[in-house]
Amino acid sequence: MAAHWFLYASPASFYPIAGRMAPWFAAAAAALALVGLWIGLVVAPTDAQQGDAYRIIFIHVPAAWMSMFIYLVMAFWSALALGYNTRLSAMMAQALAPTGALMTFIALWTGAFWGRPTWGTYWAWDARMTSELILLFLYLGVIALRNGIDDPRRADKACSVLTLVGAVNVPIIYFSVKWWNTLHQGSTISMTAAPKMAAIMVTALGLMTLATWGYAIAVALIRVRAIIVERERGASWLSHLPEVRRLVV
Amino acid sequence: MPAVAWALARDLKISLRSKAELGIQLLFYVIVVTLFPLATTPERSLLAAIGPGVLWVAALLASLLSLSRLFAADHADGTLEQMALSPWPLPALVSGKIAAHWLTTGLPIVLLAPLLSAQYALERDAMWILTAALLIGTPILSLLGGIGAALTLGLRGGGTLLALLVLPLYVPILIFGAGSVDAVRAGLSAGPHLSLLGAGLLVALVGAPFAAAAAVRVALD
Amino acid sequence: MKSNGSPSAMLEGDGLAAVRGRAQLFANVGFRVDACQTLFVTGPNGSGKTTLLRMLAGLSTPTVGIIRWMGNTVAPFDARLREDVAFAGHLPALKDELSAIENLVVLAALGGEKVTTEQALLALDRVALSRQRTLPARVLSQGQRRRIGLARLALVNKPLWILDEPTTALDSDGVALLTTLLRQHLDANGCAVVATHQPLSVPRFANLALA
Repeated sequence: MAAHWFLYASPASFYPIAGRMAPWFAAAAAALALVGLWIGLVVAPTDAQQGDAYRIIFIHVPAAWMSMFIYLVMAFWSALALGYNTRLSAMMAQALAPTGALMTFIALWTGAFWGRPTWGTYWAWDARMTSELILLFLYLGVIALRNGIDDPRRADKACSVLTLVGAVNVPIIYFSVKWWNTLHQGSTISMTAAPKMAAIMVTALGLMTLATWGYAIAVALIRVRAIIVERERGASWLSHLPEVRRLVV
Repeated sequence: MPAVAWALARDLKISLRSKAELGIQLLFYVIVVTLFPLATTPERSLLAAIGPGVLWVAALLASLLSLSRLFAADHADGTLEQMALSPWPLPALVSGKIAAHWLTTGLPIVLLAPLLSAQYALERDAMWILTAALLIGTPILSLLGGIGAALTLGLRGGGTLLALLVLPLYVPILIFGAGSVDAVRAGLSAGPHLSLLGAGLLVALVGAPFAAAAAVRVALD
Repeated sequence: MKSNGSPSAMLEGDGLAAVRGRAQLFANVGFRVDACQTLFVTGPNGSGKTTLLRMLAGLSTPTVGIIRWMGNTVAPFDARLREDVAFAGHLPALKDELSAIENLVVLAALGGEKVTTEQALLALDRVALSRQRTLPARVLSQGQRRRIGLARLALVNKPLWILDEPTTALDSDGVALLTTLLRQHLDANGCAVVATHQPLSVPRFANLALA
C-alpha cells in the first residue's frame, strides 16, 4: 500500500490522473451548485427577521468554511513536503494557496454585503470576520513568500515552514480576536450568525458546501497540472505530451 | 545551554561595537510614538485611551525594523553557514541570537515605556501594567520575528515581506498586551492577559528556535 | 573530540546530481576519499564545484544520490558529519568588528573546540599574524583574512576538511602554509576534498573533474 502511494507521488504519474479527475469534480461542483442555488435562492422561504438578504449565506458560509479547510489541507501537504521531501506534496500546497485566498476574499466580501442590510454596516469588527481577514493576510503571506524566492525547492520548504507556523497560530489568533471582541462589544452579537434555519435552508447550505468543495478540488487539480508543467519543464516525459508539443514551435 | 550563552555574548559584543545601530531603533520608536498625538489631538483623555495601543503598535514596528538584520550580517559573511555546520545545536545558537536581539531592541522599549506613558497621560496603574505586558510580550515578538527573518533571508524586498509574514502572527500578542491595560481600567484584573502572554512566551521559547533553525537551513540550501 | 587515528576516515559519494533552478549542474558523480587522501575537484566556473562541496559538507540536499561518511549515510546537517567536518567556503566567516584573535576563537568555538588564548596565539603565530592579532578584521587585507581561516584549520581537530578554492588571495607563502597544514592533516589520518584551480602538492590524491 505504501509503495502505491509513493508511485503516485511523482509529478509525472500524477499529471494524467489529475487531468482525468478534474473534469469530474468540476461537473459535480456545477451540478451541486445549480441545485443548491435553486433551492437557496428560489425555493427556500424568506426569513422572518432578515428578509431576502440572508440568502447570501449560501455563498458566504461555504466560502468561509472552505477558506479554513483549505488552509488545513495546505498545512497537511506542507507537513508531508517537509517530512518526505516530495516535490508533489509541495506543489499541491502551492496549488491550493490562491484558491484558499479567493475563498477568504469571497467570505469577507459577501460578509460585508450581508452586514449592510442586516445590521446597517459593512464592517463591524466582529470576531469571525476579523479572524477571516487575518487568515487572508496569512494566505497572501504564503503567496508572497512563494513569489519572492527564485529557487523552487527553497520556496517549497520555506512556504511549508511558514504554512505550518501559521497553522499553529490560527487557533491562537481566532481565540485572541474572539476575546478582544467580547471584551469590547459586551453582548455577543455575531455579525454573521445565521438565522434559525429551516430544513430546506440547511439542505441548500449542504449542497453549496459540497459544490464549493468540488470546485476547490477541480481548480487545485488544474492548477497543479500547470505547476507541474512549469516546474518539470525539460523532463522528457513532459516534452512528449500533446499539449506541450503544440506549444513548442 | 553553553551554546545559547555563547551566541548571546558574541552578538552583544558585536552590537556594542557598532554603536550606530543600537540608537537608531530606539529613536525610531520614540519618533513613531510622538507622531500619533500630532496626527490626532493632544487632548489628554483621548491620548490616554489610545496610548497603550499606540505604544504596542510602535513596539511591533520597531521590532520588525531590526529583525531583518538578525541573520543578514552573519549570512552575508558566511558565519551562518559555520553555525549551521557546528556540532552545537543550531536552535541553541539561534536562541542566543534572538535573545541578543531582544536585549538590544525589546528591553530598551520596555525601559522607555514609563517615560513615554507620561506623553500619553496614562495613569499609574495603566503604566505599570503596560510595562509588565511589554516585558513579557516583546520577547515573543523577537522569537516569532526570528522565524520570519530566517525565512526571508537574502530575498528581494526582504524587510517588507518579513513584515507581511510576521504581523498577522503578532496579532494575539497585540490583543493581550494592549488589552491588559483595558482590563485594569475596567476594574478587572490584568492577570488573565498577562498569564496568556506568559503562556505564549513559554510556547514561543520552546518552539520558535526550532522553527527558526529549520528556516535557516532552508535558506542555506 | 573525534580521534584522528581512526583508519576508516572515509567519505563516499554515489550517483550525486545537482539541479539549481532550471540548470542541471552535474550528474552521476561518484567517488571515494580514504584517510590520508585528498580529492581535488576541478572544472570550469559554473560547473558546480561549490555546489558539490556544499553538499558534501551537509549544507545542501543533493537532488539525487547518497553521501556516506565513515560508512554511514548522511543527510544534510547530519550530527555525525557536523561533528567531523571543517568547511571553508568562499566566505571567510569573519566579523569586521572583532579582532583577528577574537575571530579565531569564535571560529574554533563554532567548531566545538574551546581554545585558550595561548593556543590561539600559537596558531596565529604559525600563520604569521601575531602582530595583527588585536587589529579588527576590517583593516586586514584579503590575504591576512584568509590566513585566519588557515589558523582555524590548524586549531580544530576535524578528520574531514572541505575547502572551496582555499588558495584565493594567498601569496606563495600562504600557499606553502596551506600545503603544510594540509599535509599534516593528512598525515594524522585526516582526509580532504579541495576545489582548486591551483594544484597542491600532497602525497596521495585523486582528481574529480566536473565537466
